[in-house]
Amino acid sequence: MTLGGFLNQLLQMLLVALAAPLLMGWVNACRAWLQNKSAPSLLQPYRVLRKLLHKDAALAENASWLFRFAPYVIFGCMWLVAGIVPVVASELPFAAAADVIALVGVFAVARVFISLAAMDIGTAFGTLGARREMLIGALAEPALLIIFFNFALISQSTSLTTIVDTLAHREFALYPSLAFAAVAFVMVLLAENARVPVDNPATHLELTMVHEALILEYSARHLALIEWASAIKLFAYCAIGIACFAPWGIAQAGDWNALPLAVLAAVAKLMIAGAGLATLEAVSAKMRIFRVPEFVATAFMLAMLGLLLSYVFEV
Amino acid sequence: MEILVLLGVPLLGGATLALFGSRRWAPELGVASSLVTFLAAAVLTARVIRDGPLTTFAGQFFIDSFNVVLVALTAFVAFTTALFSRPYMRIEAERGKVKAGALRLFHAMFQVFTFTMLLALTTNNMGILWVAMEAATLSTVLLVSLYRTPESIEAAWKYFILCSVGISQALFGTILLYFAAEKVMGSGGTALLWTDLNQVKSQLEPTVMSLAFVFLLVGYGTKVGLVPVHNWLPDAHAEGPTPISAVLSGLLLNVALYAVVRCKVLTDGALGAGFAGNLMMGFGLLSVVVAAFLLSRQRDIKRMFAYSSIEHMGITTFAFGMGGVAATFGALLHMTMHSLTKSAIFFAVGHAAQNTGTQIMDDIRGLIRTNPTIGWGLMLGAIAILGMPPFGVFASEFIILTTAMREQPWATPFLLIGLGVAFAAIFGKVQPMVFGETALPRLAHPPALLPVFVHLALVLMMGIFIPPYLAAWYRQAAALIG
Amino acid sequence: MPLSGQLINVLAAVMLLIAFAMLSQRRILSLIELFAWQGVVLAASTFIVAYTTGQGHLYISGVLTVALKVVALPWILFRLIHRLNIRWDVETLINIPTTMLIGIALVIFAFNLAQPISQMASTITRSTLGIAMACVLLSFLMMMTRRKAVPVVIGFLAMENGLFFAATSATYGMPMVVEFGIALDVLVGGFIFGIFFFQVRETFDSLDTRHMEKLRED
Repeated sequence: MTLGGFLNQLLQMLLVALAAPLLMGWVNACRAWLQNKSAPSLLQPYRVLRKLLHKDAALAENASWLFRFAPYVIFGCMWLVAGIVPVVASELPFAAAADVIALVGVFAVARVFISLAAMDIGTAFGTLGARREMLIGALAEPALLIIFFNFALISQSTSLTTIVDTLAHREFALYPSLAFAAVAFVMVLLAENARVPVDNPATHLELTMVHEALILEYSARHLALIEWASAIKLFAYCAIGIACFAPWGIAQAGDWNALPLAVLAAVAKLMIAGAGLATLEAVSAKMRIFRVPEFVATAFMLAMLGLLLSYVFEV
Repeated sequence: MEILVLLGVPLLGGATLALFGSRRWAPELGVASSLVTFLAAAVLTARVIRDGPLTTFAGQFFIDSFNVVLVALTAFVAFTTALFSRPYMRIEAERGKVKAGALRLFHAMFQVFTFTMLLALTTNNMGILWVAMEAATLSTVLLVSLYRTPESIEAAWKYFILCSVGISQALFGTILLYFAAEKVMGSGGTALLWTDLNQVKSQLEPTVMSLAFVFLLVGYGTKVGLVPVHNWLPDAHAEGPTPISAVLSGLLLNVALYAVVRCKVLTDGALGAGFAGNLMMGFGLLSVVVAAFLLSRQRDIKRMFAYSSIEHMGITTFAFGMGGVAATFGALLHMTMHSLTKSAIFFAVGHAAQNTGTQIMDDIRGLIRTNPTIGWGLMLGAIAILGMPPFGVFASEFIILTTAMREQPWATPFLLIGLGVAFAAIFGKVQPMVFGETALPRLAHPPALLPVFVHLALVLMMGIFIPPYLAAWYRQAAALIG
Repeated sequence: MPLSGQLINVLAAVMLLIAFAMLSQRRILSLIELFAWQGVVLAASTFIVAYTTGQGHLYISGVLTVALKVVALPWILFRLIHRLNIRWDVETLINIPTTMLIGIALVIFAFNLAQPISQMASTITRSTLGIAMACVLLSFLMMMTRRKAVPVVIGFLAMENGLFFAATSATYGMPMVVEFGIALDVLVGGFIFGIFFFQVRETFDSLDTRHMEKLRED
């Protein structure tokens, strides 16, 4: 681990943690503009976080240690993921842990903890949210794995670094299998990050909630951590998508000259991703909860098709 | 030249009847059209017997002693059915079971159906064979549902869907066949001609040909009515009007089996005898046994005889599968005899059902009393189809059974069981129908049963004495199929 | 791989996608639109192969496909839907996620089946033979899992599309006379289906296939 690499890694982790709420703010602003409303400031999520951190936490009397412990675990998981996904530079020191299967596993850990914490208090809505989260997760996780296998097949490795390096240096050609994987990835992104059409993040109707229902009981610093973790999760998903599907511009580690360009490229790509997400949300309507399995099953099917097609076409 | 008449007349007749089919003279026009077709077929037959195999129109049509038998048979049975349907459909229309528009459809489509069958038999191009088979299905779908009862609609739906899906398998088989042929002969129209394929059959790729034959057997086998893809057959044959049951049972099954045998010849050349034959034997035996047992549980007379058709087609398929001159001779004879006998039975059954107003066997009794001709026709027909001597079916079944005992002894118990069960069932059901007690009065007008007795007379004649030129003809065809 | 080969692969992938989409569609109007799009993709693929290999008869084949499967048949089906006044087929025999999983299994089976033949073929499109077979099997699955009569028929027509695609990928299409015959058959079949549906509707007052399961072995 060189000093340069270590600095790179630290830089990325801080950057991601600080930039995630900004991405959230950008998505919200785009959505507001598309709905012909005036948008809140881009820094609004920071203000919300600061407000929450100042408050006193109100915990239920029967809350166990899990309830207090879960937000830290979730934040830690998401921060870990954000630290190992290549955003501006590949071959970070922690990148040895950036195995795609491990990535899916880390997401799963976060999911388990938040579901358990939601059920901890024993209210109806918490359990409702936990069951729905597990339903979506049960189908989205295999889909995500198969999507990653698509890339693993092409680059002959499950390490995210290798994948990015292989894909960044291929000649440009039409790959139908990657197109299918891309569509499947977008669908999984929508499902996992609780976006329309799977779940409306701005809803206040408890019966339609999935993600919101899980965090109904949280307040103050716990809620701040969980909100921050959701923002980092969205950031991480976008970063994974960009790294796999549009990897041009990512610098090699230790290559300080390419860094400014990489940062610029990353910012531009994230802005486009955020705007695209907002557009998708604006043109879709939220699905009924029992259509969600079909939605995610379709994502799984597309990912499988992409995998099979890469066998048939030998690409 | 004869082929032009053979194919052109039914097509023209169909077109004319589509326009004028509701007139009073429409049935007569239909009969005339079928008569001319039959005469053309007779002339063609004489020519082929005299001169040998015939190829015309740049090789697109091919008549040898195998399909000329079937061409003559098809034209003949179509003619007698047209004769039969003249008074029969008139009575049906009078009783209000069919409307005038439906009658027009019937007469027109009957001619078109004859055309498609003859096209399938005379074409040399395997692709056109497929097209004609599909067209045969299409032209009869609306005829099966002619009476517009819920049962007939259901029968037509099953017929349509199952046969179309089956035929799509046959299309895939044809594509594979073309694929194998293209490698040897280059692309272009000649790669699907049976005569050319027959020349190069030993060079066709074995894996592709085996796959192709499986698809072709499943596909065309659906139309033959082989178990397990036979589900459409009892319904379609039972719910349609009697003339349609007669031609479906008597003719279409033969044409489909003809297609299978043509493919078998090619496959045997590519893979060596054994693969295709074993498959056909297996399916044939399965059909015999299953049909025999299902037959004994039927209550509707037409359904019972439809299952009997499945059984006899199973025997024929088995015989073709066995291969060798004797078995093939028996199979060809059986195809002819079954055609004539089954259509005769359906004619008699049709009149019986028309008189009593029902097709349920328990409700039909004492036909001998109400109308002796129908009663005797049915009795003799049943005896004939059961394989009693001196009728021709006995002769063909005898040949097939003895060959089986000699070459495939393991199959003989199945055949005997199947035939035995069918015998008991049909005889047991027909006997009370003909000789039982009844309260119905005698029929006012005489039914047109000449076709029945003509068919039965032919079958009887073939049972007692096969004319030498006919025997030579069959032997020639058998040698061709090998 | 040259551009034409890539384009054909993309089109084949789109065909497979359309076959899956038809499996999961509930609205009958969308089914017909998907069927029309399948025809477009098929014709486009035929034209590209015709251009690349210089086989003139494939141009005619492509035009025939467009005329029949993009224009004539969807038009007949649309008119049928409007006159029969049906819109939805909400029930399927098995739910949609399970259908998709079975579909994936069928695709794997079809790819395996087509592998030996693909290797023997000499066309530029031979890798698409597995996809064509998969489309055929998926359409067959669609025929089996539907309750209303019209989606069953659309499944059948989609199966014909798949077979046509198989013919184009393995052997650059069949001889022209055969293709004309098949096209005629499909067209006539479409008409007869139309007439037949009216009869079904008249007799049963509905196009649900459950009405047509009464004749059984007794």
